[in-house]
Amino acid sequence: MYIYDDIDQRIVDERVAQYRDQTRRYFAGELTDDEYRPLRLQNGLYIQRHAPMLRIAVPYGLLNSRQLHKLADITRRYDKGYGHFSTRQNLQLNWPKLEDVPDILAELATVQMHGIQTSGSCIRAITTDQFAGVAPDEIVDPRPLIEILRQWSSFHPEFAGLPRKFKLAVSGSKEDRALVQAHDIGLEFYLDTDNKIAIRVWVGGGLGRTPILGTVIREHLEWQHALTYCEAILRVYNIHGRRDNAYKARIKILVKALGAEEFARQVEAEWQHHKDGPSTITQAEFDRVASFFATGRHTTLPDHDAAFEAAKAANPAFAAWAKRSAHGHKVPGYRAVTISLKPTGIAPGDATAEQMDVLADLAEKYSFGELRVSHEQNIILADVKLGDLFAIWEGARAHGLATPNVGLLTDIICCPGGDFCSLANAKSIPIAEAIQRKFDDLDYLHDIGDLELNISGCMNSCGHHHIGHIGVLGVDKDGSEWYQITVGGKQGSDASIGTVIGPSFAAEEVPGVVEKLIETYLGQRTDEERFIDTVRRIGTAPFKAHVYAKEAA
Amino acid sequence: MSNLIKNNAVIADEWTLVTLPPPPESAVRKQAGKVVIFKVTGEPAATPEQLDGAVIPTTGKIIVPLTLWQARKQDLAARAANGEIGIWLESYELLEDLIASVGDLNSLPLIAIHFPRFVDGRGFSLAALLRTRYGYKNELRAIGDVLRDQLYFMHRVGFDAYAIRADRSAEDALASLRDFSSPYQGSVDNPLPVWRRHTRVAQHSAHSRVQATHEDEVD
Repeated sequence: MYIYDDIDQRIVDERVAQYRDQTRRYFAGELTDDEYRPLRLQNGLYIQRHAPMLRIAVPYGLLNSRQLHKLADITRRYDKGYGHFSTRQNLQLNWPKLEDVPDILAELATVQMHGIQTSGSCIRAITTDQFAGVAPDEIVDPRPLIEILRQWSSFHPEFAGLPRKFKLAVSGSKEDRALVQAHDIGLEFYLDTDNKIAIRVWVGGGLGRTPILGTVIREHLEWQHALTYCEAILRVYNIHGRRDNAYKARIKILVKALGAEEFARQVEAEWQHHKDGPSTITQAEFDRVASFFATGRHTTLPDHDAAFEAAKAANPAFAAWAKRSAHGHKVPGYRAVTISLKPTGIAPGDATAEQMDVLADLAEKYSFGELRVSHEQNIILADVKLGDLFAIWEGARAHGLATPNVGLLTDIICCPGGDFCSLANAKSIPIAEAIQRKFDDLDYLHDIGDLELNISGCMNSCGHHHIGHIGVLGVDKDGSEWYQITVGGKQGSDASIGTVIGPSFAAEEVPGVVEKLIETYLGQRTDEERFIDTVRRIGTAPFKAHVYAKEAA
Repeated sequence: MSNLIKNNAVIADEWTLVTLPPPPESAVRKQAGKVVIFKVTGEPAATPEQLDGAVIPTTGKIIVPLTLWQARKQDLAARAANGEIGIWLESYELLEDLIASVGDLNSLPLIAIHFPRFVDGRGFSLAALLRTRYGYKNELRAIGDVLRDQLYFMHRVGFDAYAIRADRSAEDALASLRDFSSPYQGSVDNPLPVWRRHTRVAQHSAHSRVQATHEDEVD
């Protein structure tokens, strides 16, 4: 992974000093609440329901063991001994003290980490596929470009006060796992008709209050122009994006208002002034950054391991876990392993300091000392030999980290919701738990198969409910909490926004509603058909009919 | 006491800022009972009543709003020729309108851009455009809700003068011009991104730097 040089290190060190002084001035009364707010937000610090919340950047979800040990250490010393991995591939601390944050940032800087631009109206931390660099369907490893984009976007002076937050995602594989269609800008690598690597530029996607999938404004961009093209998009947005209404300030509203064609025309016109300028990425710089993500450290192995097969045969629990948690790898004999942070009864995405240490040690021992955070709020060890899978399972299981539910109904994506977040209309964690309890039979879960269930506590949609096969959205009706259900959302290259099935439900009704949706699916599915495929084939009407059917007398 | 920073020092301000009287109550936009400060790009910045009500000092250097300049160009022409007129823009006004109204931007000794609120970053793009695409070379001043934590960004996009909000110390603010010593990306102050300014290390040399604390697995 990328390693800081003196220039990177000085920037994070100077950021710590700057933020320390800003915090000092706030406590000294030299900055009002309103003035301190945008400053702390651009450093990931929110004031929440019970305490501040600090969002720590994990750039494109990539961490090393030393960093994860440090995070564990920070949660012990400055928080309550646990952290929350979020759908932005970041780590959130729920209980830091405002006055401790400069010290926490100084600690993070010692392991090349920070909270830069994890919030606020600026270019946010850039996200990607958790299997970047190892996925069998990868066309190009997106991480070198993202690192170049990360550096370019950090304290970009022209875009430090955008109309609203601005999120980029980059995908480098055939099947999109980075949600490029649900971001302000999505950059998608692909092979063009000449078999050359090109970038398809998506703009104006986003979930939130007005869920909308992005539009392609440029089908073919050479990678050298990624920065200048993004600069052109951002300049058009910075000048013309609405600032009079926060709900209409995202770029998607501008793209909609102008029309995608007119927006693209303005971007192209602006880009003519940037194209081939000094920000054009050179091959030398690309190669330098790419050298940090170089392959070639794997051992040559057969793609079959007798010990692994024997362990599966002897241990059905291990076999069940491996079936869900081990994913294909570019290199024969290796697998990427997803560690589920979704055991029943724990807030989805939460990990204790002890678990972080265990995972860091497992990564150190079995996966080149590196880990990834997925937007599904799980942890990935990306480079594990087949023969080491059993040891990982045993090590993880001893610490509650081997729930065999990856990609299944109980692997719920869930925002912190009303228990923590001051934006939320409704709680989300207890809903996730109630659903997990209803579906606690593993055989039944495996029979239901691949299913994504996403929960957001409000229309800001941090739980990505619009693109869940089943989506649950907390809404406020006359001061009480209700839940709206959507069906048919999907992430990926064939992404779709879910359809609301009807009037919302009380919290205690939600698990029963999910059960009825599943019953409909099981009754209608054909062989090998996933839940989402059935919804797409038969539409939402049968689901709706079953959920809202009057109980037989 | 002046609150103007120019060329990295607090200096006396020889310019007087001309503002328009507040708009009539009927023109104030509200949402949910709150006054909306931000306007959409290209919206008219003043009503005829406001322009009529503006008080223009008869002598000395003045910075007038773009709309007032457009309406009183004839009256102000002699003073403009004398170098006594600067123009300021609201963040939602269009540079095209400014250019159409003056012809040669460098005939102006001063252009100011108003920051209605700290978080409104439109002025950053306007400044960058003035300095690069439109070749403006004279004083470019930030006015309005200008606080020290924007100065580093403002400097980078081409401002060279900052009228720090009256209730804050310009002396204290000077320090923030130096918040970062070597930025990643190119901008107006230096168009070169970091990799064109410095030789940076690749993976193999970086690894030797951290070898002391982290050794790769041997396999």
